[in-house]
Amino acid sequence: MKIAVCIKQVPNTEARLRVSRDGRWVDEEDLPFVINESDEYALEEGLRIAEKTGGEVVVLSLGPERVKEALRKALAVGAARAVHLADPAFSGGDALATGRALAAALARDSFDLVLTGSQSDDVGYGGTGSVIAGHLGWPHVWLVMGVELEEGNASAKVTREMESGVNEVSRVRLPAVLEVQAGINHPRYASLKGIMAAKKKEIAAASPADLGLDAGQIGAAGSRLEIVAVSFPESGKGAQMLEGDAKAAAAKLVEKLQKEARVL
Amino acid sequence: MANGVWVVLQHREGQLPRISFEAIAAAQKLAAQLGGKAEAVLLGAGVGLAAAEVAKFDLAAVHVTDDPGLRVYTPGAYIGALAPAIQAASPAFVVFPHTYQTVDYMARLAQGIGAGLLPEVTGFESGADGLVWARPVMGGKLQSKVRVRGEGTVLVSVQSGAFPSDSAVLLVEAGEADVKPLAVDLSGVKPDREVLGYEEVGGDTVDLTKAEIIVAVGRGIGGADKMAPVEALAKALGAEIGASRPVIDNGWLPRDRQIGSSGQTVAPKLYVAAGISGAIQHLVGMKGSAVIVAINKDPGAPIFTVADYGIVGDLHEVLPALTEAVRAAKG
Ligand SMILES: Cc1cc2nc3c(=O)[nH]c(=O)nc-3n(C[C@H](O)[C@H](O)[C@H](O)COP(=O)(O)OP(=O)(O)OC[C@H]3O[C@@H](n4cnc5c(N)ncnc54)[C@H](O)[C@@H]3O)c2cc1C
Ligand SMILES: Nc1ncnc2c1ncn2[C@@H]1O[C@H](COP(=O)(O)O)[C@@H](O)[C@H]1O
Repeated sequence: MKIAVCIKQVPNTEARLRVSRDGRWVDEEDLPFVINESDEYALEEGLRIAEKTGGEVVVLSLGPERVKEALRKALAVGAARAVHLADPAFSGGDALATGRALAAALARDSFDLVLTGSQSDDVGYGGTGSVIAGHLGWPHVWLVMGVELEEGNASAKVTREMESGVNEVSRVRLPAVLEVQAGINHPRYASLKGIMAAKKKEIAAASPADLGLDAGQIGAAGSRLEIVAVSFPESGKGAQMLEGDAKAAAAKLVEKLQKEARVL
Repeated sequence: MANGVWVVLQHREGQLPRISFEAIAAAQKLAAQLGGKAEAVLLGAGVGLAAAEVAKFDLAAVHVTDDPGLRVYTPGAYIGALAPAIQAASPAFVVFPHTYQTVDYMARLAQGIGAGLLPEVTGFESGADGLVWARPVMGGKLQSKVRVRGEGTVLVSVQSGAFPSDSAVLLVEAGEADVKPLAVDLSGVKPDREVLGYEEVGGDTVDLTKAEIIVAVGRGIGGADKMAPVEALAKALGAEIGASRPVIDNGWLPRDRQIGSSGQTVAPKLYVAAGISGAIQHLVGMKGSAVIVAINKDPGAPIFTVADYGIVGDLHEVLPALTEAVRAAKG
């Protein structure tokens, strides 16, 4: 099967963030970026399905130059080639604008299956994959925790996570967009051989014109949402912060838990 | 011009979860801001009793479907029912509770009808040029303020706990909102998902809801081989061990230790969170705990906003020190 996986590059969730000077987003200088967590799982799922069915995985990413690093990583673990939506006009989009651009790129090829992550760890719209499915006119499932191909790859039995420990199991006709949840599998690491091979694999750039889109339909200009400011929540509001080295802080905490909170 | 506020309620076999009442509260607040009353929509088959419960709230109307095609949730059928209704009435906002079911179909509904999409808001205020919405970004480490541009309906989902359900306004004098049938025609809907059934996620052998004390670890622990200090503290406290999702996803602990929206919801008398950042999906599973202690090396971690006591530091130093202090205190 020919499988596409959409991967987004996002700040490492453990990175220390600073608000940018204009107050509208984070300062990207020196910020470590990684492949979005659920996208790593989507990629692994794509690779497994491609291996099982004999096929290939194509990775797509929308974002600035730095995104190439994420694409290279995906090529190193086994994706065959990559498509990069690099034009600045693509950037800053909400789920509808980003989904429109990715769908246009996907429609140029003939995929049997499109995989995305379930939610991006930065803006977290949880909707880009569903928007892609809408444009392609394919079924979609959000929060996928299991995929089993059936009927000679014409359909799939898909497990969808629901709240508090229950899963929905359904049959979905392919092609479809499956929005993969973290934890579905255990992503592999790149081998040295894979890293070397990735250097020779193609990362093709796609411009808005290539996709038949004009600048007003995509990116910030094509979005209904505009982020006007970001700020840190009031840290430790209500929390008593216990100072000192580990030993001192621990001793104070135990005393508080005994005498003040009375839970020990 | 788009006008008015709708709220689409989620239910399970006619039972309304708390977040549906929170969505009513949000829609009422929004409608009051825009000068009007909200209208509710209830999709399903045989949801008359739920409709009567909703009609007690201060709403302009409750639109109710009764179609066997909506008995089992599928995005195709829900979108097939909602899309023409929203397009015909063209409300300014349609409010949804932010649940896994809502997220499953809301974006596609927005795309299908050309509406705006504003997921997981925690509040709004009116500014100089219109409403400014709040929503978390970066896993809750930052709060963003968002403006909606352009014309036409916007679909909004409200985060669990953001609009207290007890702030939803009931109709005074035992009045009732108008319950109106919402005619739907699902004959043209292409079935997109054949639901085969529902299954419990296996391996629920540990019932964390009964634990009096829980020591929970997050990604900050750094690996399955680094669990010893956690086990030692849990033993000293007589606690159960819980975890955030990445710990489970990485296979460092079994799935029945997961706490949060996809895992167990707990409310022990003491919850110690170590190396957990405090994303909303984790917080909803533990914020009801009586006393919360957070240990994190990042002073800006959102877990500190729900904690009673906090220690900023490396958990690999703090946990052993804490174990020692607990042992000493217990004698
Ligand atoms: C639909 C959906 C459902 C989800 N369900 C759940 C759920 O049920 N439960 C859940 O927990 N999550 C759930 N999540 C994931 C959630 O969004 C977060 O990604 C997750 O909770 C983050 O886990 P974490 O805090 O352990 O990791 P991170 O966010 O990566 O945080 C790690 C923290 O450890 C700290 N740290 C690192 N090293 C150290 C050290 N040496 N000492 C002290 N501190 C350290 C860091 O400062 C950081 O704050 C869900 C997500 C989605 C999209
Ligand atoms: N810029 C992007 N490039 C590639 N894929 C993306 C991009 N933005 C979102 N996606 C995909 O859509 C999923 C959901 O993202 P979101 O709707 O932002 O939560 C992600 O997990 C990715 O798989």
